[in-house]
Amino acid sequence: MATKTRFELKPGMATREAFGKALVELGRENANIVVCDADLSKSTYTSLFAKEFPDRFFECGIAEANMVAIGAGLAASGKIPFVSSFSCFVINKGFEQLRVTAAFPHVNLKVVGTHSGVSIGEDGPSQMSIEDLSLACALPGFTVLSPADETATRVLVRAAAGHSGPVFIRTGRAKAPVVYPTDQRFTIGRAVEVVEGGDVTLFATGLLVAEAIRASEMLEAEGVSARVVDLHTIKPLDREAIARAAAETRALVVCEEHLVDSGLGVRVAQVVTETNPCVIEYVGIRNTYAESGTPDGLLQKYGLVAENVADAARRAIARRRG
Amino acid sequence: MQQSKDPRQLQDICRRVRRHIVEMITAAKSGHPGGSLSAVEILVTLYFDVMRHDPGNPKWEDRDRFILSKGHGCPVLYSVMAEAGYTPLDKLNTLRRLGSIYQGHPDVRFIPALEASTGSLGEGLSLGLGMALAARLDRRPTRVYVLLGDGESQEGQIWEAAMFGPYHKVDNLVAIVDYNKIQLDGFVKDIMDLEPLAEKWRAFGWHTLEIDGHDIAALQAAFAEAAATKGKPAAIIAHTVKGKGVSFMENNPKYHGVAPTNDEMVRALAEIG
Repeated sequence: MATKTRFELKPGMATREAFGKALVELGRENANIVVCDADLSKSTYTSLFAKEFPDRFFECGIAEANMVAIGAGLAASGKIPFVSSFSCFVINKGFEQLRVTAAFPHVNLKVVGTHSGVSIGEDGPSQMSIEDLSLACALPGFTVLSPADETATRVLVRAAAGHSGPVFIRTGRAKAPVVYPTDQRFTIGRAVEVVEGGDVTLFATGLLVAEAIRASEMLEAEGVSARVVDLHTIKPLDREAIARAAAETRALVVCEEHLVDSGLGVRVAQVVTETNPCVIEYVGIRNTYAESGTPDGLLQKYGLVAENVADAARRAIARRRG
Repeated sequence: MQQSKDPRQLQDICRRVRRHIVEMITAAKSGHPGGSLSAVEILVTLYFDVMRHDPGNPKWEDRDRFILSKGHGCPVLYSVMAEAGYTPLDKLNTLRRLGSIYQGHPDVRFIPALEASTGSLGEGLSLGLGMALAARLDRRPTRVYVLLGDGESQEGQIWEAAMFGPYHKVDNLVAIVDYNKIQLDGFVKDIMDLEPLAEKWRAFGWHTLEIDGHDIAALQAAFAEAAATKGKPAAIIAHTVKGKGVSFMENNPKYHGVAPTNDEMVRALAEIG
C-alpha cells in the first residue's frame, strides 16, 4: 500500500550509521549477536557495538577473507554474526569465502557492506562498490538487501538478524534523505510502493529511491503519473509487484547506484520477460569506474539524479507509444 | 564406537582406514590417495582417542570439532567417520558418484555430521577459529582441530588466520599441518618452499610442535601438550609421508591426485594387510 506522506526528503542519517545503531539495539536483545570488523569499525559504525559489547566484537585487522570465514565459523556454531567492512572490500576480497564458507553450506552469516556506490565521494573509485549487488546476488541462497534510509536500514537489519540464512546488506556513506516515517514496516522480499501512479513505474533502491521520488514530482508537474516502488530486497525480488507494475503501467525505469550491466535492472528485466514483457529503461553506472568528487557532484556526473530518472521515464513512455 | 588409548588398537583401525581409502578411490577412478594416506594416523588418533564426540549425537553442542581444511583428502575423513559409525561403511565405494553422500570434497549438505564444507584451500583455519570463539563465548569445553595441507599453507588466508589466533588468545584450537612435502605439481620445496615452517608458526605466536605424524604415541603426546597450552593456540607440524603404507605411492607426486588401477589396488591391499 502506498504511503500517503508528502515527501520532504530532508537530509537524514547515513544508512551505515543506522546500521551501527541498529546493531547495538539487537545486541542488547540477543546475546548471540556477534560482530567482526576489519579495521574500519569507526567508519562502519560497528564501533558502537564494540564499545558496548567488547566480548562479542572481534577485530580481524585488515584481512577480509579471514573475517568472512571466521564469521561463517561463528554462524556454524549457533551465533548470529554480522561481519562488516567497506562493501568493496568485504565483497571482493571475501567473495571466495562468501561462496564456499557461507553460501554453499547456507550458514546464518550477515554481511554488511558500507560505503557503497559512487556517493562515497572523495575517496575515489578503488573504494566505490558498484558491483556488490551483482556479486551478492550471484550466490545461491543469499538474501540481498539495499535500504533507502535510516528507518529502512533499522528495520531491515533487524529483519536480517531474524532471517535464517546468509544475508548481504548494502549501505552507504552519504547522508540519506528521509523517505519513510519512523514506523514504516518492511518485509524481506516485499517491495514498498512509496508513490502511487499509473503511467510509468520507477523502481529504485538505496539512495536512488529519493531521486525517483523527486523524479515523480517532476513528472507529475507534466501530467505524468509515476509510480515509485522501493525494491529494498534485491534478492529475492518481489516478482508480484514487478509483474503488476509491468502489466499496469507498461513502461518501467529501474534506478540503482550500481553498474547497470549486472545489477538490479537486469534482475527486474528477467522477471518482466518471464511475466509481462514491456518497455524498460535503466538508470545506473554504465561500464565504467567513477572518480573522486563530492557525492552530489558524482551522482550528477554519472547520471544518477532525479533529472536522469525523469528523462528515462519520458523515454520509456515514448517507446511504449512508438 | 570404542575409543582407545592403545596404539596397537589404533594402528589396527589405521590399517582398515588405509584399505578403505585405496578401495574407494579405485572404485571412483579418481581422487587423492597420497594426501589421504598421509593423514591416517592423525585422524584416527583424533577420532578414536583424543576428541570428545558422539556419533550417535553428531550435533552434541559440547563436542570437539574437526575440520579437514585440505578437503581433497576426504577419503581419509569419510573412512574414519564411517569406522566411527557416523556414516555407512558399505557405501564408501560410492565415492564421487552422483547422489552419493561421499562427495568429491566434504559437503555438509550430504553429511550433516561434517563440521564444514571444504575444498577451496585456505579456509578451514578461519572457520575453526570462528567455531572456537563461539565455544569460548558459550563457555563450552569444545576444542577445535583443523588439518591443513602443506601446499594449502601457500594460501594467504592461512596466515591471516595465523595472525588472528594468538592475538585473540584462541587456546581451544589446534592446527595440524600434514607436512607430506608433496603437492599437485611436485615437491613443495620446488613449487613454493614453506621452510622454515615451524619457525613461521612460532613467529606468528603459536605453541608449535614438530612430530612424526605417523607415530601415534607422538600424536597423543602432542595433542595433550596442545590441550595444556593456555593463552595461545597450538600448531602441530606433523611430518608425514605422502602415500604412506603403499610402497609405490610413497613419496611419489603422481599419487597426489591419481586413482590406483585395479592391479595397483590389489598390490596396495596386500601391502597394507
